[in-house]
Amino acid sequence: MFGQRRTPSMLPAYLILILLMVFSLGPIAVLMINSVKSTAEIGLNPLGLPETVVWENYANAWEEGGFATTMRNSVILTAGTIAGTLVLAGLAAYALARLKLKGAGIITFYFLVGTSVPAQLFIIPLFFIWRELGLVNSHLGLIIIYCGLFSPFATYLLRSYMVALPEEFIEAARIDGASNWHVFQHIILPLSWPGFLTAGLVVGLGVWNEFLFAITFLPGAEYKPIATSLFAFQDRFGRDWGLTNAGSVIMMLPVVILFLLLQRRFIEGLTQGGLKA
Amino acid sequence: MTNSAQLAHHPSRNQLLENLGRWAFVLPVLLINLVVVVIPSVVGLGAAFTDWTGYGTPNFIGLENFQRLLSDGVFFKALQNNLLWTALFLTAPIAVGLLGAYLLSSIKTGQMIFRIAYFIPYVIASVVNTQIWRQLLHPRVGIGAWLADYGITFLDFPIFGTRSTALYAVAFVDAWHFWGFLVVIYLAAMSAVDTELYEVARLDGATRLQQFRFVTLPSIRPTLVFSILMIIIWSSTTFDYVYMLTSGGPANSSELMSTYLYINAFNRFDAGYAASIGMMMSIWVGLAVSGFVYLRRRGWEI
Repeated sequence: MFGQRRTPSMLPAYLILILLMVFSLGPIAVLMINSVKSTAEIGLNPLGLPETVVWENYANAWEEGGFATTMRNSVILTAGTIAGTLVLAGLAAYALARLKLKGAGIITFYFLVGTSVPAQLFIIPLFFIWRELGLVNSHLGLIIIYCGLFSPFATYLLRSYMVALPEEFIEAARIDGASNWHVFQHIILPLSWPGFLTAGLVVGLGVWNEFLFAITFLPGAEYKPIATSLFAFQDRFGRDWGLTNAGSVIMMLPVVILFLLLQRRFIEGLTQGGLKA
Repeated sequence: MTNSAQLAHHPSRNQLLENLGRWAFVLPVLLINLVVVVIPSVVGLGAAFTDWTGYGTPNFIGLENFQRLLSDGVFFKALQNNLLWTALFLTAPIAVGLLGAYLLSSIKTGQMIFRIAYFIPYVIASVVNTQIWRQLLHPRVGIGAWLADYGITFLDFPIFGTRSTALYAVAFVDAWHFWGFLVVIYLAAMSAVDTELYEVARLDGATRLQQFRFVTLPSIRPTLVFSILMIIIWSSTTFDYVYMLTSGGPANSSELMSTYLYINAFNRFDAGYAASIGMMMSIWVGLAVSGFVYLRRRGWEI
């Protein structure tokens, strides 16, 4: 007992951390619990476990919310944007990281300005330009927009991976007379797949959750992705909490599962790029 | 022209071609960004000086839109709300973010679990997060109703539908989804702090609070400043949570520049006027970005 150094107990720290955890996850837990309650029961018992589990909420929400269609729309938008962005950003990142590009400083400046312009400034003209081009209510039209919005971020993320690649491989190929394109295809691409995975996850998450551009450029019900159709669904069935909760969980679940599986990459990508919330 | 001069010219032309070949890799990104962001932005800046409706040809009307802004009470309410929003986000989420990160940096077991738990709301869509809180803060089915059963009635009212509380309630929901992001970036910065600094502070008899004040805070200053600038930028353009929870109401009490711009552009066919609001937002963002560039020039690693 004598001479034992007094270290402050970690108990208060853990207590606060657990309270913060309840604050962060509790509301999500309530959403999930209330997604299997009848709306009548939510009124009587808002926060507790259900007395009778109503799985039908999910089948009803899927049917009423047209999730078969909106899920497909979201997958098209997400996959299309990931593919487009990774191609565009992969090429640019390679040049910025590995080729001695004269005037690369201009690009950095250009991207800094381009990514900090408020969306609200350009969304109005963009809408009327897209309408003239027949790209409103077109998935391709929105994919092009998303590629334009997300590619600067993805470029910088990929660039940071490619800068770190060992020089020897590339030098060896160059001595053999390989072209820039060959080096990119056969050396850079296979080595920087973790960067592509991270960038793809972050871009995919951004598209899946995106609201402002989706609601503006895809007003037609049959084109809506899950985010904007769920918003309309919540509005239409405002009082039917069990149903709208189930719809919300359907949208949330794939993201949360993927996040839990690959959280390190998600967190790395999201905190590095400073992607818009 | 002599032969030798022509010869001397060749290598530089080759270099030029080679540089062009390299630029070809960057060109697609620049082009798509030009089409989606830059050209429409320039058009938007121009449209602010017109009476454009979104249809037909716009007429140049000089500064009329800006004169209108100056006498538009709703715009001022929105601007004021954006400033209030910024102030709210620069205090509560940063404070909780620092607290969470500091406590996390001091524990060994479970750090990763807490980090993941705090970050989850940040990856969930705004349309889901608003559903969660629309329900939890609903006077009939939410926490308020539950507390009212025990005789505690201070939350037993439509918090999103009351003028004095709507904006605060929306900001709370947005902050709930955002603070975990701050924990993660602050924690990353804190983990990089030299542990010897803490040893020295402890030997000098510094309390945990003093260690935080005199070791942690100065060490994570670049990250802290980065987060402040980001919050200032995001606060000027924030849209989703207000649009979904209150649409700026009741009676414009939670109106933001972004929601007011949106209504003018797409519901009232007043695109020119909306563009002038967009220009105001751009000036706000421009100032914050200039601050960012200025600090970088002075050698800050942010």
